[in-house]
Amino acid sequence: MSGFGGFLLRRAVGTVVTLLAISVIVYVVFYVTPGNVAQITCGPRCSPEQVHQVAQQLKLGDPLYLRYWHFLEGLFVGQDFSTGTSVAHCAAPCLGQSYQTDQPVLDIILTKLPVSLSLVLGAMVVWLVLGVGTGVLSAWRRGRISERVLTAVTLAGTATPVFVIGLVLMIVVCGELRLLPFPEYVNLTDDPEQWAWNLLLPWLSLALIEAAAFARLTRASMLETLAEDHIRTFRAYGVGERAIVARHALRGALAPVIALNANNVGSAVGGAVLTETLFGLPGIGQELVHAVKVVDLPVVVGMVLVVGFFVVLANAVADVLYAVADRRVVLA
Amino acid sequence: MSEALVAVEAAGAGTSAPAAPGARQFWRRLRAQRAALVAAAVVALLVLVALAAPLLTALEGQDPTTYHPSLIDSARGGVPIGSFGGFSADHWLGVEPQTGRDMFARLVYGAQVSLGVALAATVVQVALGVAVGVASALGNRWVDQLLSRATDIIVAMPLMIMSLALLAIVPSSFPRPVLVTLVIGLIAWGNIAKIVRAQALSLKGLDYVSAARLSGWGAWRVARRELLPGLAAPVITYAALLVPTNISVEAALSFLGVGVKPPTPSWGQMLTDADVWYQAAPQYLLLPAGALFVTVLALTVLGDGVRTALDPRAASRLRVGTGRKDAGARDFGAKGSSAKGSGAEGSGPTTKEASA
Repeated sequence: MSGFGGFLLRRAVGTVVTLLAISVIVYVVFYVTPGNVAQITCGPRCSPEQVHQVAQQLKLGDPLYLRYWHFLEGLFVGQDFSTGTSVAHCAAPCLGQSYQTDQPVLDIILTKLPVSLSLVLGAMVVWLVLGVGTGVLSAWRRGRISERVLTAVTLAGTATPVFVIGLVLMIVVCGELRLLPFPEYVNLTDDPEQWAWNLLLPWLSLALIEAAAFARLTRASMLETLAEDHIRTFRAYGVGERAIVARHALRGALAPVIALNANNVGSAVGGAVLTETLFGLPGIGQELVHAVKVVDLPVVVGMVLVVGFFVVLANAVADVLYAVADRRVVLA
Repeated sequence: MSEALVAVEAAGAGTSAPAAPGARQFWRRLRAQRAALVAAAVVALLVLVALAAPLLTALEGQDPTTYHPSLIDSARGGVPIGSFGGFSADHWLGVEPQTGRDMFARLVYGAQVSLGVALAATVVQVALGVAVGVASALGNRWVDQLLSRATDIIVAMPLMIMSLALLAIVPSSFPRPVLVTLVIGLIAWGNIAKIVRAQALSLKGLDYVSAARLSGWGAWRVARRELLPGLAAPVITYAALLVPTNISVEAALSFLGVGVKPPTPSWGQMLTDADVWYQAAPQYLLLPAGALFVTVLALTVLGDGVRTALDPRAASRLRVGTGRKDAGARDFGAKGSSAKGSGAEGSGPTTKEASA
C-alpha cells in the first residue's frame, strides 16, 4: 500500500510541476512576444494613455522573472487594477482583466463555464455508453455481418470532423425534419427538461466522433483480452459466452478505455469549441473564438490557463483511476 | 530448424524492436488489403487534383478569387441564379452565394491548402518528434528527464485551444497557411516523441546498437546509422495517422474563422456559413463537407492499412480468416510472429506509463 501512496504523491507533484510549467509557457508565449506587449494586451482600439496604464499594470519596466512573479502573484493572492480614477481589487485567483470590456476575466469564464461543462460532461456520457457498447458488441459479434457494419460505421465516424457532423445533424433534424427546434441554451437550474432537449444535438455532434474512437479501442482491447489464456480456461470450464464477455473480458478491457478517456478530454474541449460555435451555445469555446478574433489577450490567456488546468487535472485523475484498475502500473 | 529460426528472430526482436518488413514486403502486405488500396487510389487522385489545380481551373476558364456579381440574385439576398447553386458549362459546380466566386476553382484550390498544410505540418511534427525522442533516448539521465517532462507538458496542452490562442497574437501580415502549418506542427509533436523515445530505448539495448556504441561511434552516427532505420516503421505508422488529424484541425480552425482566411480558399472556411445557405445553394454545403469527409476517410483507411502492413503481428491477421472462434486458435498457428509484438509496444497508453 505504501507503493500506492508513493505513486499518488509522485503523480501529485508531477501535476503541480506540469501546471507551473504551463503557466511559464503561457506567460512567455503571450507576454514576452516581440512588439508592443502593452498595445497587444490592451487591444487595437486603446488610447496611448490606456496603453501606458497597461504597461504599468504588467510591470513592463521590471526584469522578466519579476514580471512573471507578479503574474503568479495575481493568480495566487490577487492584485489591484487601477482604472484611471478608481482602483479595483481583483481577488485570487486573478486572471486579469479584459481591457476591451473592463470585466475581470474570471467573471467572464465563470458565467460561461456551466454551458461548457453541460456540453462536455453530457457528451462524455453519450460517447462512453455508445463507444464502449459498440466496441463490446462488435468484438462479440466478430466475423458476422453486424460486426462489419459496425466497423464501417465507426470508421466513417472517426473520419468526420465534428463540425461536419454537427452541420448535417442540425440541417437534417432541425431544418428538414423539424424534429427539434434549433438549439438554444437553457440553464439546467431553470428548466432541466428544456436543458436536455436543447443540448441533445450538441451532445450527439460532439460525442459521435469520440464514440467512434472508443468503439475501435474497446473492440481491439476486448479481442486481445478474449484471446488470453484465462478466458480460454473459462471457456473450458463451460462458462457461457455472454458471461465471459460481460463479466470477465470487459473488466480486463476497460483499463485502456479509462486512459483514452483522459487523453481525450483535451480533444473534446477542442470539439466543444466547434460545437458551441456551430450551435451558438454561449460557452467558453465561443467566447474564446470571439476573444481571438478581437484580440482580447487577457481573456485568451485566462482561458488557456483554465482549460489547461482542467485537462491536466483530468489526466492526473485518470492516471490514478488507471492505477486502481490495473495495479501493475504502480510498479512502473 | 524452423523452430531455431523463430527463436533467433524473436530474440532479435526482443522488446518490440524492428522486425518491421522490408520495403517489398510492405508493399505486398499493403496490396493485400483491398480497402487500403482503394483509399490509396483516392488519396493519389486528390493529390493529383491539388497539384493540377491551376491546370484544371484554366481548363474551366475560372479562378478562385474573382467575384461574379452578375450571377447573384441580390433581390433574394445573394442566392446564386440558376438551378442547384448556378451549375453551368462556365461554372461546373456553381458559384458561391453572395460573392459569386467559382465553386469548382475554390474546391480544387482548397485541396491544395488542405493537403499542403496537413502534410507540411506532419513533416514538422515528425522532425521535432524524432529529434526529441532520439535525443531523449540517447542523452544522459538529465537530458532524458528534461525532454520527457517537456513532452508530457506538450501532450497535456489541448491542441485546438493552444492553436486558437497562438493564432491570436501573430500579426495578420504573416502568411496564413504557413502560420497554421507551424502552429499545428509546433504543438502536436508530443505523442510521436514518446513513441520514438520508447522504441529508441528498446533498440538501444540490442546487441547491434551496443556494438556500434562500444566501437566508439559518436551519438550522432549511432542515431543516424543504427537507430533511424529501426524507427522507420512506428514513425511512418504514426505519421500516416497524423495526416488526416491535421486536415481536420486545419479545417476546424478555418471554419472558426481564425485559420486560412479569404480570399485563400479552404474547405473548412467554405463551411463557415454554409448552414445559412443550404436550402438555396445546397452544393455550397455539400461539396466542401463531402470533400473533407472523403479526404479524411481515405487518409484514415490508408493509415490503418499502413499500420497493418508494418505491424510485425499483422502477417497472421492478413493470412488467417476471421472466424469468430479463431482468436484462440491463432495463438498456436502464429506463435513466432505474435511473440514479437509483445513487450513495451510503442503506442498509446502503454508508452505513457512506460515514460511515467
